[in-house]
Amino acid sequence: MKFAVLVFPGSNCDIDCYKAVEETIGEPVDYVWHTATDLSAYDCILVPGGFSYGDYLRCGAISRFAPVMNEVAKAAEAGKFILGICNGFQILTEAGLLPGALLRNNSMKFRCHDTSLKVVNNKTPFTTDYSEGEEIIIPIAHGEGNYYCDDETFTRLKQNDQIVFTYSNNPNGSLADIAGICNEQGNVVGMMPHPERAVNSLLGSEDGKRMFTSILNAWRDIHGAASVR
Amino acid sequence: MMKATVYVTIKQGVLDPQGVAVQGALHSMGFQEVESVRIGKFLELNLDTTDRAEAEERLKAMCEKLLANTVVEDYRYELEG
Repeated sequence: MKFAVLVFPGSNCDIDCYKAVEETIGEPVDYVWHTATDLSAYDCILVPGGFSYGDYLRCGAISRFAPVMNEVAKAAEAGKFILGICNGFQILTEAGLLPGALLRNNSMKFRCHDTSLKVVNNKTPFTTDYSEGEEIIIPIAHGEGNYYCDDETFTRLKQNDQIVFTYSNNPNGSLADIAGICNEQGNVVGMMPHPERAVNSLLGSEDGKRMFTSILNAWRDIHGAASVR
Repeated sequence: MMKATVYVTIKQGVLDPQGVAVQGALHSMGFQEVESVRIGKFLELNLDTTDRAEAEERLKAMCEKLLANTVVEDYRYELEG
């Protein structure tokens, strides 16, 4: 299984994502620059955190027009696995690949600490190794993670089981404590917390590890290979 | 040459934490009459065109695609020249 970690000018969690793939599942992984126009070699695309294009105008507003984003849209359409973390989540919402938007934290503060998350949907390709309702510890680091969508969209999110993670203690004012969501098909997930920073007990938590093992298992299920445990 | 002025504001009903913080500061300074503050963006664009209809159409596309996120923001514009 091949992973791509997208790199925009201003990305700063790209190395963490790359190392997390290496460390947790040891599958091949490449950095892919934002000007790339072909992602066909990759099975999973990680859109990392950071401050792409300096967060100018709005977080993710400019990055969504980077050439590579056309390829991300095609990959999403083709059912490939896409995970946007933090700024990556903001980019995916700006690109319309996930519904809603991320507003300034209601506290107006940049929040950087561990959070307890509840796994609401463990049926996405990214969460099958968790149990439903399980509480996991994953750190956040953001100033604009306050998830918002209109009532109609929220109803759809609930109906289609698109809420993947919620915060046990809401750190940013996000609607219904939402920390992460997926698209209707379930192959595109966006989340504000950083699972790639929680892959080793030395980092304070290894609860993020199972996101990566989940993705690999999901891919192996589709491709008929033995699953890893 | 035409000049476009674009105002991007947060939709009514969407919380503006910045506005709330500024309102709090104004209150603490004694400006109790401030009932609410909403903060938005003001953009000035100089357009190298003289065709008003075309300029307006293209300006609208700029707003929809990039300048405003219509999930949470409204926009309006003025076109001069």
